[in-house]
Amino acid sequence: MNTTQKKNPDNFTKNQGLYEPEFEFDSCGVGFVANIKGVKSYKIVSDAITMLENMEHRGATGYESNTGDGAGIQIQIPHELLYDEALNVGIDLPESGYYGVGMLFFSQNNFIREECKEVIAQSAEKLHLKILGYRPVPVSNIDLGDLAKSVEPVMEMLFIERPFDLDTEKDFERKLFIFKNYISHQMISITNNDPIGFYVASFSCKKLIYKGQLRSIQVRNYFKDLTNPKIRSAFGMVHSRFATNTSPTWSLAQPFRFLAHNGEINTLGGNLNWLRSSEKMFQSPFFTPQEMDMLLPLTKPGQSDSSYLDNMVELLYHSGRSLPHTMMMLIPEAWDGHEQMEHYKKDFYEFHACLMEPWDGPASISFTDGDMIGATLDRNGLRPSRYCITSDDLVIMASESGALSVDPQKIIKRGHLQPGKMFLVDMKKGTIISDDELKKEICTSKPYREWLDSMRINITELPNPKIRFNKLQTEDIFKYQKAFGYSREDLDGVIKEMASHGKEPIGSMGFDVPLAVLSEKPQHLSSYFKQLFAQVTNPPIDPIREKLVMSLTTIIGGNGNLLEEDKNFAHSIKLENPVINNNQLEKLRSVDTGRFQAKTIYTYFNARGKEGELKKAIDRICRYAVDAVDDGFEVIILSDRSLDSQHASIPSLLACSAVHHHLIRKGIRRKIGLVMEVGDVWEVHHFATLLGFGATAINPYLALASIRQMFDEGAFEEEDLVKLRDNYKKAVGDGLLKIFSKMGVSTLQSYHGAQIFEIIGLNKLVVNTCFTGAVSRIEGIGFDEIAKEALLKHQDAFKEDMENSLLDTGGIYQWRSNNEYHQFNPQSIHLLQQSAWNNDYDVFKKYSRLVNQQMGKATLLRGLLEFKNDRESIPLEEVEPIESIMKRFATGAMSFGSISWEAHTTLAIAMNRIGAKSNTGEGGEDEARYAPEKNGDNLRSSIKQVASGRFGVTARYLAEADEIQIKMAQGAKPGEGGQLSGDKVDSWIGKTRHSTPGVGLISPPPHHDIYSIEDLAQLIFDLKNANRHARLSVKLVSKAGVGTIASGVAKAKADHILISGYDGGTGASPLGSIRHTGLPWELGLAETHQTLIKNKLRQRVTLQVDGQMKTGRDLAIATLLGAEEWGIATSALIVEGCILMRKCHLNTCPVGIATQKEELRKKFKGKAEHLVNYFRFLAMEVREIMANLGFRTIDEMVGQSQCLERKTNTTFWKHQGIDLSRVLYKIKTDLPVIKSEDQDAGLGNSISWKMVEAAQYALQNNTSMEAGFDIKNTDRTVGTILSHELTKIYKSEGMNENSLLFNFKGTAGQSFGAFCNKGITMRLEGDANDYLGKGLSGAQLMIFPHKEAIIHANENSIVGNVALYGATSGKVFISGMAGERFAVRNSGATAVVEGIGDHGCEYMTGGKVIVLGGVGRNFGAGMSGGIAYVWDVNKTLEYHFNPDMADLESITEEDKELIFNLIKEHSENTGSTLAEYIISDWDNSCKHFTKVYPREYKKVIENQINDIT
Amino acid sequence: MGKTDGFLLYERELPSKLDVEKRLKDYKEFIQKPSDQQLNCQSARCMDCGVPFCQNGCPLGNLIPEFNEAVYKKQWQKAYQILISTNNFPEFTGRICPAPCESACVLGINDKAVTIEEIEKNIVEMAFEQGFAKPRLPKLKTDKKVAVVGSGPAGLAAAYQLNQMGYTTTVFERDPEIGGLLRFGIPDFKLDKNIVERRVQWMKEEGIEFCTGIHVGVNYAVEELNRNFDAIVLATGSTVPKDLVIPNRDAKGIYFAMDFLKQSNKKVSGIPFEEEEINTKGKKVVVIGGGDTGSDCIGTSNRQGAEVVYQIYYKPMQPTERDETMPWPSYPALLQITSSHEEGCDRMWSVNSKEFVKDENGTLKGIRLVEAEWTKDSDEGKWNLYTEKPASEFVLECDIIFIALGYTHVEHKGLVEALDIHLDPKGNLIGNNKEYKTNQDKIFTCGDARKGQSLVVWAIAEGRQCAEKINEFFKNKS
Repeated sequence: MNTTQKKNPDNFTKNQGLYEPEFEFDSCGVGFVANIKGVKSYKIVSDAITMLENMEHRGATGYESNTGDGAGIQIQIPHELLYDEALNVGIDLPESGYYGVGMLFFSQNNFIREECKEVIAQSAEKLHLKILGYRPVPVSNIDLGDLAKSVEPVMEMLFIERPFDLDTEKDFERKLFIFKNYISHQMISITNNDPIGFYVASFSCKKLIYKGQLRSIQVRNYFKDLTNPKIRSAFGMVHSRFATNTSPTWSLAQPFRFLAHNGEINTLGGNLNWLRSSEKMFQSPFFTPQEMDMLLPLTKPGQSDSSYLDNMVELLYHSGRSLPHTMMMLIPEAWDGHEQMEHYKKDFYEFHACLMEPWDGPASISFTDGDMIGATLDRNGLRPSRYCITSDDLVIMASESGALSVDPQKIIKRGHLQPGKMFLVDMKKGTIISDDELKKEICTSKPYREWLDSMRINITELPNPKIRFNKLQTEDIFKYQKAFGYSREDLDGVIKEMASHGKEPIGSMGFDVPLAVLSEKPQHLSSYFKQLFAQVTNPPIDPIREKLVMSLTTIIGGNGNLLEEDKNFAHSIKLENPVINNNQLEKLRSVDTGRFQAKTIYTYFNARGKEGELKKAIDRICRYAVDAVDDGFEVIILSDRSLDSQHASIPSLLACSAVHHHLIRKGIRRKIGLVMEVGDVWEVHHFATLLGFGATAINPYLALASIRQMFDEGAFEEEDLVKLRDNYKKAVGDGLLKIFSKMGVSTLQSYHGAQIFEIIGLNKLVVNTCFTGAVSRIEGIGFDEIAKEALLKHQDAFKEDMENSLLDTGGIYQWRSNNEYHQFNPQSIHLLQQSAWNNDYDVFKKYSRLVNQQMGKATLLRGLLEFKNDRESIPLEEVEPIESIMKRFATGAMSFGSISWEAHTTLAIAMNRIGAKSNTGEGGEDEARYAPEKNGDNLRSSIKQVASGRFGVTARYLAEADEIQIKMAQGAKPGEGGQLSGDKVDSWIGKTRHSTPGVGLISPPPHHDIYSIEDLAQLIFDLKNANRHARLSVKLVSKAGVGTIASGVAKAKADHILISGYDGGTGASPLGSIRHTGLPWELGLAETHQTLIKNKLRQRVTLQVDGQMKTGRDLAIATLLGAEEWGIATSALIVEGCILMRKCHLNTCPVGIATQKEELRKKFKGKAEHLVNYFRFLAMEVREIMANLGFRTIDEMVGQSQCLERKTNTTFWKHQGIDLSRVLYKIKTDLPVIKSEDQDAGLGNSISWKMVEAAQYALQNNTSMEAGFDIKNTDRTVGTILSHELTKIYKSEGMNENSLLFNFKGTAGQSFGAFCNKGITMRLEGDANDYLGKGLSGAQLMIFPHKEAIIHANENSIVGNVALYGATSGKVFISGMAGERFAVRNSGATAVVEGIGDHGCEYMTGGKVIVLGGVGRNFGAGMSGGIAYVWDVNKTLEYHFNPDMADLESITEEDKELIFNLIKEHSENTGSTLAEYIISDWDNSCKHFTKVYPREYKKVIENQINDIT
Repeated sequence: MGKTDGFLLYERELPSKLDVEKRLKDYKEFIQKPSDQQLNCQSARCMDCGVPFCQNGCPLGNLIPEFNEAVYKKQWQKAYQILISTNNFPEFTGRICPAPCESACVLGINDKAVTIEEIEKNIVEMAFEQGFAKPRLPKLKTDKKVAVVGSGPAGLAAAYQLNQMGYTTTVFERDPEIGGLLRFGIPDFKLDKNIVERRVQWMKEEGIEFCTGIHVGVNYAVEELNRNFDAIVLATGSTVPKDLVIPNRDAKGIYFAMDFLKQSNKKVSGIPFEEEEINTKGKKVVVIGGGDTGSDCIGTSNRQGAEVVYQIYYKPMQPTERDETMPWPSYPALLQITSSHEEGCDRMWSVNSKEFVKDENGTLKGIRLVEAEWTKDSDEGKWNLYTEKPASEFVLECDIIFIALGYTHVEHKGLVEALDIHLDPKGNLIGNNKEYKTNQDKIFTCGDARKGQSLVVWAIAEGRQCAEKINEFFKNKS
């Protein structure tokens, strides 16, 4: 049990400010070295540490360069060493295995330490364990930073003798586990106020862990034991941590007791709730009830996700499952819907799905129990895991290849771990067990299929219901719709769209209506919940192109005692989709399997409007639910059908979550399925919130009835009602998958109860009672206000006066008069345009008054704030000039493609005129813009965006940047990708994006080279290599925890961080995303500013903020909350003529902005001078505020949040409970709170400088040269600096091919050849890591194994994952296999490779890829262009290929010639034996080639050919 | 949205009108019914804007994009329901509204606006034709009684809403027929009186009591009104006309426009009248004033057979396109060419009336005019500075002059004085802006009586809002 972390050395408690420790996540480098035969040696330990040291770049340091985030090693108990050492302190150890060693972290405080030892002594006695003594762990802390030292624990080893009655090591280990948990629980009260506390790093008779808050390179010297030659082990498992925060946390360093984890658990909240809700049901023959009491609760707050996972593994392992079995339970493969998977594996996973939800998230995990050591990857396989096996029985597994150098002649296998696969070394048996073998054994150990067949019921198999429900009649439908708050917009714009098209409706532009808690219109409770999303620390998933990992399956019942295996646990009902129709619901209601019955509880409350009625009703349904469980029901149906004039419905989300959490608290939640029969659920977000807060299945009876009614009224073209309902269900399902995937969660089972939301505007009592554990930071309304809001709708439905046959019009997605307030409304748009067009500051002031006062209401969080002077006002003249303020402006990232050429260049001209920055957006940039206009105007955008699609990101593009912005997320749709339909890709846009005109383009949800924080650090490093003169910016979207992420980004060496509000614009997003994802920037900015200061990183980065910035007041508030710069997009477009059509996605913009249609573009009337006027007005207004507040410069104003206070005169009832004190909290610091310190990009030692030196003459004289270098895994991004130098001179054209030729030998680090321009050729003898040839811009790369290697190149992995991501041109030849996601988003490069992993050629839009061997699953998903040729000798392509966008064809004569020539070139360049073989028997071997040809692309190409002929 | 690129495919097109010759023969409406195809294309032009400025332009807040879409999809019933959710009398506004919605239509930025008014008219006529527009008895009845004084558009709208809310509603009208301005101000060729009558019948069926010929304060005691009703709405309109006080105003042949139009309306409907007949047959007519009333005088004069009709304007000719002083989406002061203008009229701009010319019998012979020169105010960009052109005076010969310069305020004599209702500086009833309540308990006011002269669409909006306030008034009391 961890007990030490999250104490507050700098007096920063969680009630102050917006930071909360739960937000912390980490990622890292991980690996192990092991002897297969279990032979122990000092060398293994030493090698493991060397490997750790060589992954230093995967870890991080914070403010102090000598304080790391944590590193450590786990080894077998080094008996020889310990025996000697113990003797020195007077302990005579028994023989190995007969004593346990605890590695304990104690407080520096002697008194506390003694008290702890007292507890240990007493506990040992209680458990009949004999303490042999303590041994202080010898350490040397002279290299440590002060931060680490300040909380450095006193480490001691505790020796305990194995009791004679414990026969096996396993039994002893179990006892030590109980002992460890038991003492840890007791220590909490003793060490409560100590910054270090008490922690047990390991306690075992087999294994020992040395770890701490160290840098990788500090581990060896810190622990003196580690350099003692007597230390011997058959394995060393190491871990180097990159935490997003920098709080000193010795205990969170890894490895943990069973595992070392690189990745993140996205579903942690739910996993922990499910764990808590079943702890009371735990029973195991391995533990007595007393022991069970001692070891529970299993977890305590404030740990990291990895350590919680370790706790879980520990428990499952000690209760009798093997370690691999445990791992398979927790992190299952993607089995649901996997047609090729062996049935026994499916049975295993299916059975365990009844027991346990997956711990979902990107994960590369190494694990060991001391006898076996292994590794596994999650279903997505998003973390790298490379291994090699040597002829002298060594296994080396690591995040990177080459981390430990090995004689190539000894290597007999180089491989990489594949998604969901496991790799195991059994050191006792002395063998490596393959994934297949291992899993077959585990999966067939019990008759899982039989169990499932006998106990498991599919909902379709249930007998028909005893009673049929009466359909709602028209009049009732209307009444119910009103009572639940349906509007016409909901019916026509949402439900009807979903039923007609099977998709969630799309919208555009930003979201400008009030937050739910600020709105004066009655809200749906779900609207107080904002969806969270993956950003930097983990990747979102593409639920469409990578649907093979996604699952909507849900199970009612079954959840038995986790600690045992029993066929009864399979007794459950399986649903393919959590949305159930009325018939399915009735089946469930009348279910009776003999032991499975359902109970319906009605969720009404009295509508008389008295205080406390709602809370009373919630207490009632919770009580009824407990009774129902006691009475033996397995299904609880919460129904809101019972409303009448005197009884209103409890908002379903409140009812659901209240019951869910009540049952968790009672420890019985796992016993029942919670089915919702609900009227107030119609859009996808409503479903998501219910599922996220515990609903198992949902029957949206009113939404379904509404479809029927619209159908009866003839609203649909479709004539089949069933089809419409199916469409609706499909839209909900797909929408849910999208919501899961934006958080990086793959399955409903994991999402279920995971509470991946932030609440805005509910008070503590509501949150603690009904939404326990969810984030809610500004308080807000309580039960009575929720009731009042529900009653407003209820009374509207039951009011007796004037009949109205229409629902409310809505007015959320579109402005409507006399309805919901929009910040951009006819008046504000008109005034803004007139002021800028006529250069009229008076009109601008009218505009800003209108916007700022928001019609006397507060519609934004900042609307609740007002300025407060804490110093004298100063004359306006003393404030810095308008011109210097204007330099702090940037316009938003809008691509050429999403907006027209005219609109895009006008923005650029205007921003260049005032010295501010415009942004390319994700669409490349036409090189014509790099030359200034005759009149001195400049069309070049200063900010070059690098987004997930990497469109047009070339060496030249990057070289032309003043700022490079990595877009991690977009305010309007964080966690989602984008799509530009083929009809918008004309020849101009196609050229700019390096794609084929007419062919649609997909931006993936994640950057495929950023799955984790250390990956982002790598991309930043790559881009700095590509242009070290540009400022490096990372764009994040506001959400809970963004401050912690920003700290990680600052540690990853970014110069600039942009925090976007959720309400920013978009060219096209699902309405639900626009409305319900992300948070206002006020929260994100304040949190970021506070957290950066807390971590002493604020001075290293510039902070920019954007999201619906409209007036000088907005800018001033942003500055006071910590922003130095401001981004403005929507308002700038309005100045250009935009009138908020919100039809950007339809290409019909009537003012020529968001369109590519020639006739519409002609209507564009925007002018750069109008924009200049507007930005000038903004600056003028800021200056006025500055003068009033007494600030002379923006710099001195940044972060002075004491100049803001909560308005006291807001009278609206819902606003009363909102508390913004945490937003306004100011942290004291001695360091500057503006950017004032340069980041060290770390380019100094790059091998590329030597390349530049060697190529100097050739570069200057345009001649050729050749040079050679040794290379190792720490040489990262090799060649890119040279390419930048080349690009400066030779622009996009580059030099002649092969002008600059380099020969490398060894293992290349990540990003070998990234963004390299034409003229550079790099030949690598050895192997390479991830991101080889990323963004390749014309260079040639050749990789082949060591000449002396004995392996068969084509059967071994010599290149890591995500090679050629976003490549635009150039050639790559790989004599060997590459990892997952080969040539993702390639748009022009040519590659030959001898086998690749999963997701090959995903989203590819151009170029050619030849695979001489096998491809992994999901090949060609989302591939809209380019061609791949696969030498499919084993005929597996058909199974692995994703047919959604491309077809398999046989090759033509032309293809044959092309392939032959390329293979010949491959052979010449790499000496590939496979190539030689194929060529030697060409007539036969060419028959095995299959062409993968994207459909849309083929059409365009064929048209082109027809046009020519 | 009906059709995403409809506005790119179709041009604005209004239905054709009957030839001038034919239409001058009678007083019937002359705008032809559009074809289904035409309506479909015109509704397809609506872009369903994210910010529908049209709705902002409409005083009633008509849900224009929504009914346009319904029309495009031929969901007439739905279109009708959307339309009447904000507008009680679309058959009136669909004919005679100057359509500020169309001025605000986003298409108008760089193209021609959607034919919103025409679509509105067709929705409601379709609803009558197909029978889904039908009276609806109030859902519940309260014991409260409300009197509405005045049966113009504001009074009717208030009465309609109040009745639906369950209040027993009585409308008092001093004229022999219900409708006020709608009935007697607007000629049949613009608003056929059957349309008004149809609506009145409908309202009767819904339970509203209409008392015509009752002039409250004259033949119906104010005290009785106070005694019999729990709330009173004064919707008596703004009926005191603006006069042109120049020499020889007493000449015979000078009339206020409304006197002429009212009489003509009575004639057309066969209602007897007692006052002197005004007939323009064979006469030279001058209309002073450039508003809709002026146009109605022209159309009516031509129908009666006038020899020639002049219309004179004080201000210069308005531009035909928007300029910087009237940017979209404001209501632009553009040159109006009404259907009456098409029927024959000589228009003169920048002329000021100096005196009427009469003969020794006191009969009007002409009007002495002077040409004016206007310059633009450099700040405002508006025609503000007026000078007379030297030696430009001339006499325009004529037999009849209609003064159509608008109205000053509500009539103060009688009812208003008797009830002691306070007035604002302009002479309008003070109806406590957002409350519509006068200084007297339970007495409310709306329409032109409160707001001053305005549009029918504003009158309806006021009537509706006033009813809402009365509802609140009763709710708060109980």
